Amino acid sequence: MASPSARAQRRTAALLLAPFLVLFSAVTIAPLLYAGWMSLFTTRTSGLGFGGTREVFAGLDNYANALSDPAFRDGFLTVAVYVAVYIPVMIGGALLLALLLDSALVKARAFFQLALFLPHAVPGLIAALIWVYLYTPGLSPVIDLLGSGGIHVSFLSADNAVFSTANIAVWEWTGYNMVIFYAALKAVSGETLDAARIDGAGGIRTALSIKLPMIRPSIALAVLFTVIGSVQLFTEPKVIYSASSAIGSDWTPNMYVESAAFTHNDFGLAAAASLLIALFAAVLSFLVTRFSRSRSRP
Amino acid sequence: MTKPTTLTAPAPAAAPGRTSGSGPAARHTPPRPRKRPSDLLSRTGVTAMLGLATLYTLLPMLWLVLSSTKSRQDLFATNGFAPGRHFALFDNLGHLFRADNGIYLRWMVNTVLYAGLGALLATVFSVAAGYAFDKLAFPLKEKLFAFVLLGVMVPGTALAIPLYLIAAEVGLVNTFWGVFLPGLVFPFGVYLARVFSAAYVPGEVLEAARMDGAGEFKTFCRIAFPMLAPAFVTIFLFQFTQIWNSFFLPLVMLSDKDLYPVNLGLYVWYGSALSQGHPQDYLLAVVGSLVSVAPLVVLFLMLQRFWKSGMTAGAVK
Repeated sequence: MASPSARAQRRTAALLLAPFLVLFSAVTIAPLLYAGWMSLFTTRTSGLGFGGTREVFAGLDNYANALSDPAFRDGFLTVAVYVAVYIPVMIGGALLLALLLDSALVKARAFFQLALFLPHAVPGLIAALIWVYLYTPGLSPVIDLLGSGGIHVSFLSADNAVFSTANIAVWEWTGYNMVIFYAALKAVSGETLDAARIDGAGGIRTALSIKLPMIRPSIALAVLFTVIGSVQLFTEPKVIYSASSAIGSDWTPNMYVESAAFTHNDFGLAAAASLLIALFAAVLSFLVTRFSRSRSRP
Repeated sequence: MTKPTTLTAPAPAAAPGRTSGSGPAARHTPPRPRKRPSDLLSRTGVTAMLGLATLYTLLPMLWLVLSSTKSRQDLFATNGFAPGRHFALFDNLGHLFRADNGIYLRWMVNTVLYAGLGALLATVFSVAAGYAFDKLAFPLKEKLFAFVLLGVMVPGTALAIPLYLIAAEVGLVNTFWGVFLPGLVFPFGVYLARVFSAAYVPGEVLEAARMDGAGEFKTFCRIAFPMLAPAFVTIFLFQFTQIWNSFFLPLVMLSDKDLYPVNLGLYVWYGSALSQGHPQDYLLAVVGSLVSVAPLVVLFLMLQRFWKSGMTAGAVK
């Protein structure tokens, strides 16, 4: 077992893994453990606040407080509504575009692919800034355009906040997923498609009965990754929040965490809420992995 | 170079119109006409739908470009999808680079350090680790790899507060390192590197090197690492955009304006335009956005075959 070559491999593996593992422990594992520790304490102000503050062991109180706080739960509800609006539009749109691109009828495929992907090269914060300008009355050509057609919308109102946020995400991610779906469609074998054509299936029939089922694993993965990404929703609503009173400072779970930490200075609660979000995302990711493994070879 | 015949990772050059699964001979033949054009799916109809979607993606970009060329009056007074009365791009750029004693340039330099240098180091560490997981034998290998995958599952933004807490403990809050160090760790990159290593580095080549008496480390540096060049570029691009995109972490970690990445700086300008009624900051945020996005778009256009291969490798998993 301990041949010189095996020993050399072990030594080199240690050398190659060390930088990653050391940093991984320092910036991922240690913070999680420390947050776990912090989440068990709460800050008490003694007396009338003149006696300073002290840390008191609180057990799982912070977790209970987060979970029983309507604001935190509403954050998850917001994300759920957002996901219900965003996923069908974005995934449906990406699929439609990929199928259109894959049909034999398109010239200039490369151009369309690039033009549709381009928003993804724009950082989320800048995408949000651009769209908030396009949502702002008096500045937005879109509002002017709709107004001249007799349609008056307030993109920044409380009723529309979810849609306005989802639109930014649709803009950023549709082209990205389209490229993935298009690559999956390219892998559908020509023979299968020829057989379908000989059997008399038209373009739409082939798309619905052959192509979509064949790329189902890719679709399932994209959906689940999108859900996990949505749990982290922060940047876009944060930018809209500064422009609109419709979005509260704890509109999504991550915004709740930020306001718990830096508005209320309650780091125990913020740590507990962060870990709950991480746990939620990890469970979803676990489902993704399970799902993709059982589906990867159809 | 030896290329594996069966790829678990997709080939990096996924040129549009490629029919995969077919041999190299079929590579340059155009895709066969698979479908009969039906009434609904006429060539015009398909092109129109794609054109409409393209309009949706490009118009906001057009707005950004046009608005950057406008004076403050024109920004509010003229249509956003039309040019302004005065061409003020150069005035605006002048304001941008002079504002706050030229702090914008400093933000750009910070961003290049956080994202460029950070992603470069993160990629070297990921490729080294991914190769070790793929090609070397050591105890507890799969357990350790599962541990790394756990890192993939923890979302970045959920880590921001935990990172802040530990940075506060060791005195790294409001320092360069508080934002730079977390960018060096990219567990998904390790996963990708393992997949790429399995596809691009044939075991026989390593055996041959071992027979010739080359040390393991030397074999990695001299033989395997060059073979992993496409993986390197792909992983770099992924991590680069991820750090360039990050917002929550710098927001909580930094209070010193001189340490901001450009995203955070733009956000603060935009916020002060709203809250303190500095309308000139509106324009600064717009021009600043254009200047910071332009190099990124060019980079993406130049390196498209790499990001495409990375995206599909990540998606097919």
